Amino acid sequence: MDELLILAVALPILGATLTTALPRWALAVGLLAALVTSATGLAVTAAVWWQGPLHLAVGGWEAPLGVALRADGLTAALLAMINLVALGISIYASGYFRASGKLVHFWPLWLLLWASLNGAFMSADLFNIYVTLEVMGLSAASLGALGGSRAAVVANLRYLLVGLLGSMTYLLGVALVYTAYGTLELHLLAERITAGPQGAAALVLVTAGLALKAALFPLHFWLPPAHSAAPAPVSAALSALVVKAAFYLILRLWLGPFAAVTTTSAAVVLGLLGAGGVVWGSWRALRAERLKLLAAYSTVAQVGYLFLFLPMLAVTPAGPGRASLTAGLALMALSHGFAKAGLFLAAGQLQQYAGHDRINDLGPAAREHPASTFAVALAGVALVGLPPSGTFFGKWLLISNAFATGQWWWVVVVLLGTLLAASYTFRVLSRAFSTERVPRQAPTDLRTELPALVLTATAVVLLLFLARPLWTLLGLDADAALPGLAGGWR
Amino acid sequence: MNALTNPPGILPGAVFAAGGLMDMAALLPVLILLSSLLPGLVIFLVKEESRALRATLNLFGAIFKLMLVGMMIWGVWHGRVYEARLPVVPGLELVLHADALSVLFVTLSTLLWLIATIYAIGYLENSPNRSRFFGFYSLCVSATMGIALAGNLMTFVLFYEILTLATFPLVAHRGTAKALRGAKLYLAYTMSGGALVVIGTIWLHVVAGPIDFVERGVLSGLPAARHGQLIAIFAVLITGLGVKAALVPLHGWLPIAMVAPAPVSALLHAVAVVKAGAFGILRVIYDVYGVEFAASLGLLAALSVVAAATILWGSIKALSENGLKRRLAYSTVSQVSYIALGASIVGPIATIGGMVHLVHQGIMKITLFLCAGNYAETLGIHDVSEMDGVGRRMPWTTLAFSVGALGMIGFPPIAGFVTKWYLGLGAVTAGAYWVLLVLALSTLLNAAYFLPILYRAWFLPTPGTWPQEHDHGGRFETMPALLWPPVFTALLSILAGLFAGAPFSPLEWATLIAKREYGL
Repeated sequence: MDELLILAVALPILGATLTTALPRWALAVGLLAALVTSATGLAVTAAVWWQGPLHLAVGGWEAPLGVALRADGLTAALLAMINLVALGISIYASGYFRASGKLVHFWPLWLLLWASLNGAFMSADLFNIYVTLEVMGLSAASLGALGGSRAAVVANLRYLLVGLLGSMTYLLGVALVYTAYGTLELHLLAERITAGPQGAAALVLVTAGLALKAALFPLHFWLPPAHSAAPAPVSAALSALVVKAAFYLILRLWLGPFAAVTTTSAAVVLGLLGAGGVVWGSWRALRAERLKLLAAYSTVAQVGYLFLFLPMLAVTPAGPGRASLTAGLALMALSHGFAKAGLFLAAGQLQQYAGHDRINDLGPAAREHPASTFAVALAGVALVGLPPSGTFFGKWLLISNAFATGQWWWVVVVLLGTLLAASYTFRVLSRAFSTERVPRQAPTDLRTELPALVLTATAVVLLLFLARPLWTLLGLDADAALPGLAGGWR
Repeated sequence: MNALTNPPGILPGAVFAAGGLMDMAALLPVLILLSSLLPGLVIFLVKEESRALRATLNLFGAIFKLMLVGMMIWGVWHGRVYEARLPVVPGLELVLHADALSVLFVTLSTLLWLIATIYAIGYLENSPNRSRFFGFYSLCVSATMGIALAGNLMTFVLFYEILTLATFPLVAHRGTAKALRGAKLYLAYTMSGGALVVIGTIWLHVVAGPIDFVERGVLSGLPAARHGQLIAIFAVLITGLGVKAALVPLHGWLPIAMVAPAPVSALLHAVAVVKAGAFGILRVIYDVYGVEFAASLGLLAALSVVAAATILWGSIKALSENGLKRRLAYSTVSQVSYIALGASIVGPIATIGGMVHLVHQGIMKITLFLCAGNYAETLGIHDVSEMDGVGRRMPWTTLAFSVGALGMIGFPPIAGFVTKWYLGLGAVTAGAYWVLLVLALSTLLNAAYFLPILYRAWFLPTPGTWPQEHDHGGRFETMPALLWPPVFTALLSILAGLFAGAPFSPLEWATLIAKREYGL
């Protein structure tokens, strides 16, 4: 079963090659590649569920020489989300780009991006991660400029440069690690890295590089223009998946190889920046005039929430508290992935119907296309964190740990972010009730409306039932109760 | 596994494992929830023109639910336990659990939903977006069922928030600038309140662990060192719940949400929203803290002052309102706080008074709102000053209105009298004589803002023309679907007062709850 890991990277690359070689068959080959890739990704998740963590040294070369891939519960959970969302995006894109004839350019870049995503989540050494980051950055920026408008090109050129800056900073950290500890394999590093200036310097560089890619406040400046100017399916991939990969890597590195160097105060710094992202991102989303810009700023806020978990993880020893934090973090990341992708897809749909995405004038289009509007509403429920979405339970676990660890001030941040999110969500939704005349009837396309609905419904309804299996998948202690005060009364 | 899903020593009576959903005892609450949820979801897909299909779905759901509720009443009366559990993550469970208090609320909402649905079908006869309206209407009632049947605070909060979500489209339904403004304000209030309830719930979860609603409460066993936090949590929870329960000064949304169509006002004021807040307060006091424990922390004294202030303030504001619906809205602010007042006086008699008012206020207030809707829909009357002589033009509606109004004032034998009697008696028993003064003042104020309306309607001469008369062409004063629902609820208000001592009357049921809450 371990071979599945390499397949999840190799198959989309193969697909990318074939779609380049056979442009006339791009649609069929591309969709087939998407289907096979997502099936492989889900198979990895299933294999981890049945067998526990997977490990593959490609070609039999073990670390420190070869390319190693690894998948544990957290990887598997996120891989499932990535591959489901990516499949939805693929189906949507096949309808979205149909008229413009950009499909030929879309497929190779998109499959390459997909391969790099799967690779980033499974890489077991720092250099591998660097390679996937570079591929990810290049393909993402090219995809973002696919629309061809001047704004899109400028924004994505900046995105490309920022991405390069991020990966260079990261690479500098990696070089430092290699000189100091002689390996790049994550498990070996976890044993070798000890507290000290070299480790700390490497941690700072690696984290800074990744934080830039994860759009951690105040390094988020490149995200809103790039994500809002990209074509909708690409925005969905950028906001829901690419940003999440960078955060995932930070989490992995902080909890894994660099655990010895990380300190509580460093985690608090990241938490504070996350809090800044929550407040600032939500505020800007509220002020945004265009729907896709709103969605992009909301990503800044949602990434901020993920960083709030770090200061709590830092002070919570292994046990029920840590288990619930991990589960909460995963729930937040998963539901944001599904919801944000669905939101961008639905927003793109409304944009195509209305010819623009100015929120104030979206009323008629929103009323004429209830399926897309409903998807926006469902996405909104998940972004605000209202029940029964996965975000609700994610925030629940976040807040209860904030109380349990005595860091109650994060609750204020979450409260503020939630109310702001409710404001921007309902600002959009209330347009759907306007009574302006409906000018024309645009045809609806099932291929583009269904993915948005399915993805957002997953975030809002399905995750409620998946939370418990997720707990098991993450390998958390199923008998652990939630955190209470010491000597909690039962 | 089992130790996880069934925390030992917390649940009384039979407990059903998570997998046992096929059990009738677990199935019934779930079915009650689904009997409006599924039709509601289907209604969204129904074409605008398919009136008959939509009405069939609506009424099928409502009547099927009523039958299920009948089964549940019978079962709970005989001490059956209905419970379904869905673990979300370890330590967090969704619990549906029917106890006597749930059944009181479930019955009220189910019955009034049926009536309001019939009314709404007539009321929205030719207006646009009916599928959207009835879809969300059904979702609202499903959320209310969830609130009533919630077996712990987390489940309560879950449905409480869904209720907010599902009512927003109804308040915004007309889509006018005024409606959107009202909806926005409604949302701002209820979202903030909801967020407080969520935070209070989580905080309590951290302090006390996973706890289910249990008659007589569960927190009194906590060590004294945590009492400070418990007081703070109570304040957070009640402030949050007080938004929907329209406690002064958190009541601002209620008069403004009046822009919604009449069936929605009925829903907000009698069936679901305001009730959900009041019901939450009852749950927190009786089944989380325990009424005696809450009193010993000094929490109830504070709440009783707020409730009394709300009762008087709402009535005073109602006096000067000329808009009929706005006057009724302020009257709701005032009347709903009787429930909180009853809950904040320790003693079974006051408890009965508060609990029974959950039902009494519901049937009387829905009567008043449906009548107000009839005046507006038939004659274009929106203001009190336009109601001169309306009793001659619309005798049945005005008769129903008069029953509701007199009931609110507390005339025997209408239901409102029973409430005030028990509240007063309970206050005297508990030695809280000041409550009598509040009741007397409030009754005077109620009379002062209701009797002039009745006087106008019955005794002043009819004007030459009505503001905007619609010809409906029937032989009654208005469409039958609009006329009979309020007449029926007015009759219910009289019956609930007249036969207060009969088995299965609201009063008898409230007495059953009080007995269980005080372990008598």
